[in-house]
Amino acid sequence: MPITRDEVAHLARLSRIALSDAELDHLAPQLDQIITAVAQVQEVTAEGIPPTSHATGLTNVFRDDEPRPCLTPGQALSQAPAVEQQRFKVPRILGED
Amino acid sequence: MELTRMTAAELIAALASSEVSATEVTQAHLDRIAAVDDRVHAFLHIAADSALAQAAAVDQRRSTGEPLGSLAGVPVAVKDVFTTVGLPTTCGSRILADWHPPYDATITQRLKQAGAIIIGKTNMDEFAMGSSTENSAFGPSHNPWDLAKIPGGSSGGSAAAVAAYEAPLAIGTDTGGSIRQPAAVCGIVGTKPTYGGSSRYGVVAFASSLDTPGPFGRTVLDAALLHEAISGYDPMDSTSIDAPVPPVVAAARQADVSGLRIGVVTDLSGDGYQPGVLTRFAEAVELLESLGAKVTEVSCPHFKYALPAYYLIAPSEASSNLARFDAMRYGLRVGDDGRRDAEEVMALTREAGFGAEVKRRIILGAYALSSGYYDAYYGKAQQVRTLIIRDFDAAFGQVDVLVSPSTPTTAFGIGERADNPMAMYLADLCTIPSDLAGNAAISVPCGLAADDGLPVGLQVMAPALADDRLYRVAAAVEAALAGRWGQPLLSQAKGLES
Repeated sequence: MPITRDEVAHLARLSRIALSDAELDHLAPQLDQIITAVAQVQEVTAEGIPPTSHATGLTNVFRDDEPRPCLTPGQALSQAPAVEQQRFKVPRILGED
Repeated sequence: MELTRMTAAELIAALASSEVSATEVTQAHLDRIAAVDDRVHAFLHIAADSALAQAAAVDQRRSTGEPLGSLAGVPVAVKDVFTTVGLPTTCGSRILADWHPPYDATITQRLKQAGAIIIGKTNMDEFAMGSSTENSAFGPSHNPWDLAKIPGGSSGGSAAAVAAYEAPLAIGTDTGGSIRQPAAVCGIVGTKPTYGGSSRYGVVAFASSLDTPGPFGRTVLDAALLHEAISGYDPMDSTSIDAPVPPVVAAARQADVSGLRIGVVTDLSGDGYQPGVLTRFAEAVELLESLGAKVTEVSCPHFKYALPAYYLIAPSEASSNLARFDAMRYGLRVGDDGRRDAEEVMALTREAGFGAEVKRRIILGAYALSSGYYDAYYGKAQQVRTLIIRDFDAAFGQVDVLVSPSTPTTAFGIGERADNPMAMYLADLCTIPSDLAGNAAISVPCGLAADDGLPVGLQVMAPALADDRLYRVAAAVEAALAGRWGQPLLSQAKGLES
């Protein structure tokens, strides 16, 4: 069994997904089955084979650093869940004490 | 002739000669949507007002003799993964249910520049993860051949819209087969262009090294017209290729395969393939031979590892890309009661906002990238990706294009694989290799499976930046089969007739 229910719960916490117990019961065996299947890649002899992260071969792509129009503060904030004083308003990010 | 039955090429000609106006064409398609979309559910948003305004602008420009783009007045349905100013962009997800993006995707801009009428945004599996549209938070789309069947996915809404005559053209994205598989099961044409040939700017990211926008049409020429209009270098996409657009429209008109070397991929057949699919595929290969192509068999031994490698690479990229949905700057926010901290709100929002498949893939990606597992999973998958590219390179050393079935089976029933992820993933068995290699591939209808009467797609694969070869082969097959059938295959679709 490559992945346990506790490991799935841990990965869900790392991924910031508050899974319910019922979802964990459902997802854990499915993920176990998927990981068993994808582990087939380990059969391949790939000693010395370089990894491919993307297929174009492009590296270090930059645009010219030229000023151009961009979103106004109003546009940038227009989809925010909460706004205060022309800023994104977010829940507290530090502990109470 | 009924405007909604005309191809894009026919509409372009009729519009150019002022036989019809863009307003009439747009209204006819809006009427068709109103008549059938409660059954097909191809659209998440119908853009009636903005489409009619765009159409009026095209008619105005034409009447004053101003220059017009290549698709002026032709309706196009756009997958709801492309950002569109003035229209929602949900990606089929609750987390973006009310999002109105503040900028247009490059593809959206190019459609507007070409004069195309954006008629609506189409349904999709959430964040393009799926093969059936059943992972949409807003309910599945239905296959116009049989409304109880899936239309494929993830771009299933786009394929269903074109097959149901709700739009002559549609845009999708292909990450593991999300254009070709729905095209195949809906009996239409769909292309995954060369990766980097069509811009990802403004495409909500799923797996950035794989995501490729591309066209759907009812004919090969129509797909080529849309392909050409949206393609080409974009400085806003760092993986865009600075090269001329391959001459796909000319190739679709050429439709000639004499002397072309075609390789049949022996590794994409056998166990797990529906007999009715393999029979039609074999006939298509015989047909190509009869048209003068030189057919040989080619083996790509690492293709059998493409599916497992893909289900490590794509979820890994997704787990990183979808971290942006943090409930802070846009999209859904749940549980912000003034007491909970940001991390709790984030976790509650992502729990409520993402569906089951998205959660599965984020967790799978987090697993594959974990320290201790990285080398065995993500790292190994990246090496397999190199070996698959080498298989393609060796094959394209011997032949000009490769062919296979587009999908192992025809459309399956809605609900049949909905909670069986591994069974669902198999739908992309034949399409994934080209995504991993970043080359070009098309699906073109090659008949109906004898076992269930549903459409079968022929997949043609070509080297990167040789997209024109796809259209040459697909157009030749289309012309020969149309001669044999005496009518377009799609005229046999009866799902909307009862």
